[in-house]
Amino acid sequence: MMMGLVVTIVLLPLAAAVLTGLAGRAIGRRLTQALTIGAVGLSWVLSLLLLEQVIGGARLDRILYTWMVSGGVRFPIGFLIDPLSALMISVVTFVSFAVHVYSIGYMRDDPGEIRFFSYISLFTFAMLLLVTANNFLQLFIGWEGVGLVSYLLIGFWFEKPSASAAALKAFLVNRVGDCGFVLGIALLLHETGSLNYSALFAQAPTLVGQTLRLGFGLHLPVLDLIGILLFVGAMAKSAQIPLHVWLPDSMEGPTPISALIHAATMVTAGIFMVARLSPFYVEAPGALSVILVIGSLSALFMGLLGIVATDIKRVIAYSTLSQLGYMTAALGASAFAAGIFHLVTHAFFKALLFLAAGSVILGMHHEQDMRKMGGLRRYMPITYATFLIGSLALVAFPGFSGYFSKDALIEAVGHSRIPGAGTAYLLLVLSVFVTALYTFRMFFMVFHGEERMDAKTREHLHESPWVVTLPLVLLAIPSLGVGWILFHPLLGGGYWGGGLANVAGNPALAPFRKESAWQFFLGAFTSPTFYLMLAGIGVAAYGYLLRPRWPAAVADRLASVYRILLAGYGFDRLYLWFGTRVSPGMGRFLWRHGDEQAIDGLAVNGTAHGVGRIGSWVRRMQTGLLYQYAFTLVAALVVLVFWALVRSPGGILG
Amino acid sequence: MITLTDYLILGAILFAIAVMGLFINRKNLVVLLMCVELMLLAVNINFVAFSRYLENRTGQIFVFFVLTVAAAESAIGLALLVVVFRHRRSINVQDLDQLKG
Repeated sequence: MMMGLVVTIVLLPLAAAVLTGLAGRAIGRRLTQALTIGAVGLSWVLSLLLLEQVIGGARLDRILYTWMVSGGVRFPIGFLIDPLSALMISVVTFVSFAVHVYSIGYMRDDPGEIRFFSYISLFTFAMLLLVTANNFLQLFIGWEGVGLVSYLLIGFWFEKPSASAAALKAFLVNRVGDCGFVLGIALLLHETGSLNYSALFAQAPTLVGQTLRLGFGLHLPVLDLIGILLFVGAMAKSAQIPLHVWLPDSMEGPTPISALIHAATMVTAGIFMVARLSPFYVEAPGALSVILVIGSLSALFMGLLGIVATDIKRVIAYSTLSQLGYMTAALGASAFAAGIFHLVTHAFFKALLFLAAGSVILGMHHEQDMRKMGGLRRYMPITYATFLIGSLALVAFPGFSGYFSKDALIEAVGHSRIPGAGTAYLLLVLSVFVTALYTFRMFFMVFHGEERMDAKTREHLHESPWVVTLPLVLLAIPSLGVGWILFHPLLGGGYWGGGLANVAGNPALAPFRKESAWQFFLGAFTSPTFYLMLAGIGVAAYGYLLRPRWPAAVADRLASVYRILLAGYGFDRLYLWFGTRVSPGMGRFLWRHGDEQAIDGLAVNGTAHGVGRIGSWVRRMQTGLLYQYAFTLVAALVVLVFWALVRSPGGILG
Repeated sequence: MITLTDYLILGAILFAIAVMGLFINRKNLVVLLMCVELMLLAVNINFVAFSRYLENRTGQIFVFFVLTVAAAESAIGLALLVVVFRHRRSINVQDLDQLKG
């Protein structure tokens, strides 16, 4: 019964994607929209049913069938439904549904409209496959599936060179991460002999303290090594330093995609994966420390980049990087529940922010530069209100959903005893100020202040159609309220029912066990993060409402810092240098010296030359003269007989 | 009294002469064939001597086989020799080096 439900939820979007992808032109755009939206909407409704069953205590961990058997290893297709996956399914299908509806308005009159709808349904399928998997193979299929659709959609307007370059970049960076991910899975298979999560969780405690001999006297703890390798995959997917470079560029894709894939769902796959493997990660404290440090560094330093960006979508992209850093830090502090809580609230308000930004971009006739906006609140009231809600949720204003998840997350990191938690806590608290600054800088630049657009744009400026604003309202509701509802069940541990490791006995989450959402809300006004956040908003208001010339003066004063931030700390230049100079240089070296000289010269042709040389020397013995052959024969016979006599027991010598 | 040792010494001498003939002869292929025959005869002497010494007829019967084979071998050898001569106009052993590598 439950299995049937899960399979239906997962396969509905796939069916819609395949049908519209293959026969889209024949059935027309209206029917395409109806089919994909219907399928995803139905999946969402069914996912709520599933969620209800799970809250009622239902669980599922079953193999549907065995895909293949190779070398004694079974590759199963199976589903695992527990509180974590049920929650993820609901979030994914809901955001996906909202984005589907929104795309009717946003993608209107685009020649690739049908293709677009087919892609986003396919994406929904891949993401659902990823979150419902009960083994690593299926996780990996979904993992690559979302990566593929992400590539297709970043390069959706592939006639634009920058878009196809961005798509390629995303794909390549993700390959780097996948390299680690596959190695992690392989090592896991080697150590446990199975790809199923349950086998890993059962065996993880027995692997504690075991080391892997790599040669050269190098002994590495197996669990930490696996944990870090898998996290390298999460680093690429969830855009953590240093594999974050693809996410800002991915804004080349259509805005609904930025909302669905590059903010709400796909980029959280890495977070989900680590949380999914939480019973394993708690046994690998070394890996957790790495995760904690990487996450908190990303949270602060990616947020700083948001302060100097001028493209509205890029600001939100950097904020996504920063928020993903928060989640990663929570995972590293082994406060998995806090990380997932922030993932859920972030999915809502970040999708909202992106879609609202898309609405702005629509109104501005595809102008994304914030320096050419301003004063839009008079023209787009619904967009304005929803954008404000999203912004307040993002900066963690008390009462909004982001407050509950983010402040709880910061507090959890502060209470954590994982090495590195102290520094991470400091970085996260600092980045609260940064978040508030860049968010309200963007907000004020777009909706307040003087109107900097040209006259022609201003004439056509108006609120977007209802298919665009409806999803905004749909997403604004959870951005406001979901924190109140989910705070106690998720952080108190009541919802998980043992599904997520380390919720019950974790020092990081201890403070929230008894606390209600209301008490936590009241606690806001005594915490330093609240005042940091207010300070951030204040600075933004000063610089972009009261003294519009002040930010430029600051940028002049701190010119070198400003340049570093504009260049994104030079990661792109580093990778470009590596990709176009170092890597080809290494390749040329290996080609010339390794391939041509060593392999071709020594191994392949060298063998042939050697044999030839020996042959030309040996053939001098082949004189063709009978008497010499006969002499050799008899001489050899004499030698052999003599040898036999010498060697035999009782022979002439012994 | 002629003992077994005397026969064996005679066989060894004949065999040694044949081997030396093989090595030293560089001129005539016919001499080469004759040397081979001589080797076989040396072996035959050994066979007969041992047969008598051990009072066992097997050795003498074997001699007949060897003689038969030797006759066949020299027949084939001479036939080849004729062919070689027709082909190269020479039976000089030193000139026959076509098998040279």
